[in-house]
Amino acid sequence: MQSAAEHDLECHQVSKRFGSVRAVDDVSFVIPKGSFFSILGPSGCGKTTLMRMIAGFEQPSSGDIKIKGKSVIGTPPNRRNVKMVFQHLALFPMMNVYDNIAYGLRCAGASKDVIRTKVHQVLERISLPDVAQREISQLSGGQKQRIAIARCMVLDPDVLLLDEPLGALDLKLREAMKIELKLLQHQFDTTFVYITHDQSEALVMSDHVAVMNGGKFVQIGTPQELYHKPAAAFVAGFVGHTNRWAGRVARVEGGEVEVATEGGLTVRGTVRGTGVPQVGDIVNVYVRPEFISAKRSAGQSGQAEGRHNVIAGKVDSILFNGANSRALVRDGTGELIEADVVLTGGAQDPKSKDEVALTWPIAQTLIFMD
Amino acid sequence: MQKDIRRLSLLLLFAPFALWITLLIVLPHLGMLHISLREKVAPRVYEFGFGNYLNFFNEPIYWNTLLRTGSMSLLVTLLALILGFPIAYYIAKIAGRRARGALFLMCLIPLWVSDLIRAFGWILLLRETGVISSSLQWAGVINAPIEFLYNDATVIMGLVYTVILFMIVPLVSTLDGMDDAMIEAGYNLGGNGPTVLRRIIIPYAMPGIVSGCIVVFMLTAGSYLTPILLGGKNSSWFTEQIYDQFITRYNWEAGAAFGFVLLAFTSLVVWGGLKLTGQTLSTTVARS
Repeated sequence: MQSAAEHDLECHQVSKRFGSVRAVDDVSFVIPKGSFFSILGPSGCGKTTLMRMIAGFEQPSSGDIKIKGKSVIGTPPNRRNVKMVFQHLALFPMMNVYDNIAYGLRCAGASKDVIRTKVHQVLERISLPDVAQREISQLSGGQKQRIAIARCMVLDPDVLLLDEPLGALDLKLREAMKIELKLLQHQFDTTFVYITHDQSEALVMSDHVAVMNGGKFVQIGTPQELYHKPAAAFVAGFVGHTNRWAGRVARVEGGEVEVATEGGLTVRGTVRGTGVPQVGDIVNVYVRPEFISAKRSAGQSGQAEGRHNVIAGKVDSILFNGANSRALVRDGTGELIEADVVLTGGAQDPKSKDEVALTWPIAQTLIFMD
Repeated sequence: MQKDIRRLSLLLLFAPFALWITLLIVLPHLGMLHISLREKVAPRVYEFGFGNYLNFFNEPIYWNTLLRTGSMSLLVTLLALILGFPIAYYIAKIAGRRARGALFLMCLIPLWVSDLIRAFGWILLLRETGVISSSLQWAGVINAPIEFLYNDATVIMGLVYTVILFMIVPLVSTLDGMDDAMIEAGYNLGGNGPTVLRRIIIPYAMPGIVSGCIVVFMLTAGSYLTPILLGGKNSSWFTEQIYDQFITRYNWEAGAAFGFVLLAFTSLVVWGGLKLTGQTLSTTVARS
């Protein structure tokens, strides 16, 4: 009981079946008080179903959901102190901003004075003090977003659920809202559960991220853990950008293996995830572009050297994107490798058709059993 | 050149509508207005005056009939709304995509049969020797045959049956445009069923409700067949008075005046309804 009270939200072996489909399959997690928790997964992975079960719009087929240590199974949505920001916000267009925010307080039977004070307080906190009398259609995308959050936060929820609320915004605004959401979460000091398929949203904002696939949680961890120590091939492939090659194990040396990829590369890497590969096993190799350094050279080295893989290749094309610029390098066997490059605009920049040597550490070459 | 062609095509497209509205709506009404404003002083001798309208107000039976028609039409509108709203809500929000079309079609099917045939259908069921009366006798519930026709309840029921579709269609189209998440948000923020209905669903559906009510009220107040056939002599529907003046008494002047009184009365009620609900014609009926 004592440990339970420290967690705002707990799920114990929650499952949801629709006919023969397991939308959510045996998911367990606890979210500590006041943290920003994201559930990250591709569309159709069951994350929305999980959120709808927490909000009470779906009943789990089995398992238990606890809010502040108390089971909410069988509690209707309007009696759970879990509020939700919907994907398209679902602000009430027939009410103005004030009435939208006051709606929940009126449902709770608050007096007129209390409603007025609370609505104005929450509008101050989201730094929109003057919009109370505006109609919803007169607000900008970012303002609507903040009103939708204010409408929930005015009710002091134990947990705030956010269902991909940034999806409809344009890129610039989305970037700004990421930071703003994080700040709002700090300010309200409430547990946020954020659902998204956008890994950058999850990485930037969250204290903890759960990666979900096929109805199951693949890995739960801090953004750094997920990025640098993925526990499964799916996480390595889904979180962040990565080179991925399929191949067969050629040699095993303790935790390190040498892999001959289908394209003909020979790389050495460290084994991650479950399973111990044997010679001849099919494995996947993941290397993030930022760990690969590309240097101009005329050299011919093709074998792993020391603690690094070194591969010679020719620049196929440069994908310029400011600080995130990338070079597509084709090695002697024809395999394409992506490497991050720094483009300063000077003469030293790699160009198309340049001969380069690609170097990256074996420790950053992640091998997963197929 | 291009501009002229565009203007010409616009004119051609607009012409049928313009012809329809002038020839069938504006001109006849102007003629009626002219007839209603002349008083017969001797055979084939007329004078301009408001006598026909004064007659209406001086004879209680006339304005009583109008008030009765108005209040019964309002009752029919209310009943159609109360019955139609759950049906529309079910079609728009609860039924599956495939069931929706079938249900909508089932609402439309009665329209394929003419008003007259449908009224006779009711007569067949409800008359003294009709289906209901005889089956009740056969079951032993009643001893003597009962006449279900020719009372107000039957007229109202028949009218509701005739017009309810015109309530359902605008309601379905409004509710269809409502995001389900809005209803869920209503619950999520702490509202129970009645609160969500009262504060979210009904305010959202208000344009559809008002638009349906206007159409249903106009149709009911102006209907002739159903009240006459189901209500008989007792129905005292105002359109019957107009018919009487024109056909039985051959008093076109009074009939035309009554027609304008009905038009003014229904317009007044609709205007009052719009004011009461804070809607305008452009947000309701004119909204596709």
